[in-house]
Amino acid sequence: MESQFSYRILSTVIFLPVAGAALIFLMGRSKEAMIKWTALVVSLVTFVLSLPLFTCFDKTTANMQFTERLQWVPSWGITYALGVDGISVLFVLLSTLLTILCVTVSWTSVREKTKEFFAALLLIEGSMIGVFCSLDLFLFYIFWEAMLIPMFLLIGVWGGPNRVYAAIKFFLFTLVGSVLMLVGIMVLYLNSGYSFDILNMMSRNYPYPLQVMLFWAFFAAFAVKVPMFPMHTWLPDAHTEAPTAGSVILAGILIKMGAYGFLRFSMPILPEATKAMAPAMMVLSIVGIIYGGVICLGQTDLKRLIAYSSVSHMGFVTLGLFALNTQGLQGGILQMVNHGIITGAMFLCIGMVYERTHTRQIADYGGAATVFPVFAAFFMVFTLASIGLPGTNGFVGEFLIILGGFTASKAMGVFAATGIIIGAAYMLMLYQKVFFMQVNPAIQGHSDLGTRELITLLPLLVLVFWIGFYPNTFLGFMDVSVQNLITRVNSAAQPQIAQQIIEVIR
Amino acid sequence: MSVSVQIPDLIPVMPEIVVTLAAVILLMLELVVKNKNSLGIFAIAVSGLSLYILPQCQGETFGGMFVNDTVSSYFKVIFLINLFLTVLISLRYMQREKAESGEYYGLLVFATAGMMIMASARDFIVLYLGLELMALSTYILAGIKRDDLKSNEAAIKYFLLGGFSSAMLLYGISLLYGLTATTDIFKIGEFLKGTETTPALLFAMALILAAFSFKIAAAPFHMWAPDVYEGAPTSVTAFMSIGPKAAGFAVIANVFFSAFHGLRADWAPLLIIISITTMAVGNILALTQTNIKRMLAYSSIAHAGYMLLGIIAGTEQGLYAMMTYLLIYAFMNMGAFGIIVLMDKGDELKDYEGLAKSRPLVAALMLVFMFSLTGIPPTAGFIGKFNLFLAVVQAGYTWLVVVAVIFSAISAFYYLRVVMNMYMKAMSEEAALSPSPFLSLALGIAVFAVFAIGVLPSLVIG
Repeated sequence: MESQFSYRILSTVIFLPVAGAALIFLMGRSKEAMIKWTALVVSLVTFVLSLPLFTCFDKTTANMQFTERLQWVPSWGITYALGVDGISVLFVLLSTLLTILCVTVSWTSVREKTKEFFAALLLIEGSMIGVFCSLDLFLFYIFWEAMLIPMFLLIGVWGGPNRVYAAIKFFLFTLVGSVLMLVGIMVLYLNSGYSFDILNMMSRNYPYPLQVMLFWAFFAAFAVKVPMFPMHTWLPDAHTEAPTAGSVILAGILIKMGAYGFLRFSMPILPEATKAMAPAMMVLSIVGIIYGGVICLGQTDLKRLIAYSSVSHMGFVTLGLFALNTQGLQGGILQMVNHGIITGAMFLCIGMVYERTHTRQIADYGGAATVFPVFAAFFMVFTLASIGLPGTNGFVGEFLIILGGFTASKAMGVFAATGIIIGAAYMLMLYQKVFFMQVNPAIQGHSDLGTRELITLLPLLVLVFWIGFYPNTFLGFMDVSVQNLITRVNSAAQPQIAQQIIEVIR
Repeated sequence: MSVSVQIPDLIPVMPEIVVTLAAVILLMLELVVKNKNSLGIFAIAVSGLSLYILPQCQGETFGGMFVNDTVSSYFKVIFLINLFLTVLISLRYMQREKAESGEYYGLLVFATAGMMIMASARDFIVLYLGLELMALSTYILAGIKRDDLKSNEAAIKYFLLGGFSSAMLLYGISLLYGLTATTDIFKIGEFLKGTETTPALLFAMALILAAFSFKIAAAPFHMWAPDVYEGAPTSVTAFMSIGPKAAGFAVIANVFFSAFHGLRADWAPLLIIISITTMAVGNILALTQTNIKRMLAYSSIAHAGYMLLGIIAGTEQGLYAMMTYLLIYAFMNMGAFGIIVLMDKGDELKDYEGLAKSRPLVAALMLVFMFSLTGIPPTAGFIGKFNLFLAVVQAGYTWLVVVAVIFSAISAFYYLRVVMNMYMKAMSEEAALSPSPFLSLALGIAVFAVFAIGVLPSLVIG
């Protein structure tokens, strides 16, 4: 479907933030107010401009929509191709929304190098959206890697005490994974008739041994980003040390890119390998769920706890995806959005309270519900959503995933359900230690949330209940695309079987 | 019997003639001209003129000993850009370092002439002449700061080891002559096609390979590079890290694709070993350096390792990808050295601490060059690596590319250390700069090229 709008929506939402970043870079360092307002206005306008993706999206087709296609490097067969389908559209919207909140939450907390901070934030936004919209593998890789630079700076310059270590670890882990994927991309390119076109790759059948090799090459990049169990060690450091906005982006969107990669590339392009490797992926997911949860129980640092909970929650996501059935996939995708909302909100909350108390140690809190009643109410909602209480978005996602998990394998479902219990344990424990019990004198006297902070949290609160009570608004987006994906994964084996039969007959 | 004296066609050698004449004129002018800046500007004009006439001078001459085709022209473009940018970053720097002897620019131009001859040589004798012209000029350039101990040490080291490698080359060439009765590279290739591989032939090839490896600073012939890069004046280091390396690759490509074409099964494994060792040595030893010039020396060793992959691929794509990589490398490396030159005190890594706070623009430029050297999009460095690795995968060496990308990920660590120092460390003292319009122009060109090639790769490929 060609875009019927007067502007190219996807290019606009990618490059408007980049232009905003350039504009901010040109401003004088002393004009802090102007820089902040520019960042806010740019992110707001980007969000508004991305809304047609929500309102005008055709939910009845699995085809790419809002597509754009331009020749870019003809001699390599590279096109500048953008488009969204039901799988990616929600992430674009989530990105544009979360960036606004990142700007508002950093309004007073970032005091040093304000200019570079907001420029980096907008650059990240542009490249994140680019990752979700690319229909050309080369273009995808450019966005995928380009994001590393501003993210590295965001963690390393404005982060906590151990920020340099965390930034380098983040960068190296991600880079090693990415370059292996790059080799995979090259091999794929040479086997696809010199084309980087993702849609073209989705309709081809590659020989099985090649698929398996490519699957692991792509796995290297995506599993680091998700992060899946053995590659997760960068995440606690990066999330803990990053500034609030950085944590929100990391947890909210960046790690979704890994899971999105599985959905967009591994599954439709390498369906046979995906089917063959699904059990291994599910086992890794289960290990991640339980391991991440158990580690959470022992954490003393607020941010670190939420960071490890991400490992556990992303385990649910990958479990759902590799269950390779409708419930699992829909649950997995929805849970990616949910996790972005909930964990994003959690990091925002912690950032707000950190700005007041300057400590992240759980032991330094206690009785916060007395001191910050409004804040406590918000945090309660997000905690319950994270546990997966019915009526919140977390429930819908996790329920679908466990349903999908059971359908795929009973044992997986059982283990995943155990993960939810552990999740409830650490989240409630956290809530109890921070908000109830004796009021800690250290936090006495601080003010409750201000208007700016309320406005920051409110959209996420609304989304928690919206998805919780009426998930169909969002599930409706992905219905057709998920069905299409499942058909592709399941049917891909047949041509080869047919080929084998023909060979036998010969 | 009448002897007809034929005047050879001089058109194909015109760029070399222009450059050589200019070098001679520069040496004379130096005696009368007091303002050394004007000598530099003369050198810039010469590189411009030579670049301008280069496309019109295609052809072969001197009985096929000297050929100016697209491949050698491409290399010459790299040499001339290298000369152009080096002079731009030298103008203010040599004044500041009080090493502004007039022969400096003359020697730069002579060295460039040598490289150009190397790229066009289709005969081992011509090749050797060009190589020695380049090498002798760079030995002196390395030691041009006469009162500086380190500079002297660099020159002596470079000279002794360089002389040794020249001797190996000569020995290899004479053995080859003994076996084939010709020094013509193409005819050697023809001759070797039919013959069996003998130990003497392999020995000759190994000697020639060792000599060329020395020029491109490939392990295990890289030992001189860190000391020489550190000791030589920074502008000379910048010049040496690109020019002689590119010239070395030009002759490797020429000799191994033409003369030793039939022996590919013998030299490919050898080059694979050299390439992997080079990447390993360069990238791993760079990790612990505290002097940025030494670090960039090891980085340049590592990049030679990547570029060798283009030769190993043995295909036309591999060759072109390697040449493109050299061009991109010229821009980004010259940019990085330009920043070092810009800083009054910028040899040590710790001099860069807190630079982002005191000099945000300089830090941002250095950031771009560092990420480009790492190979992160959307910079030219990524396009270079992508292009090169793609050609190598296409030639069937996927595993070699996996090794290369792992090393390239390791390299991120030491390039990031510079970024880390600039952006994430507290400032110890405000960095003093010595800017000049020429240097700004050079940096502007470099950063523009890095981004332009990064976003529009069609500029350099295809």
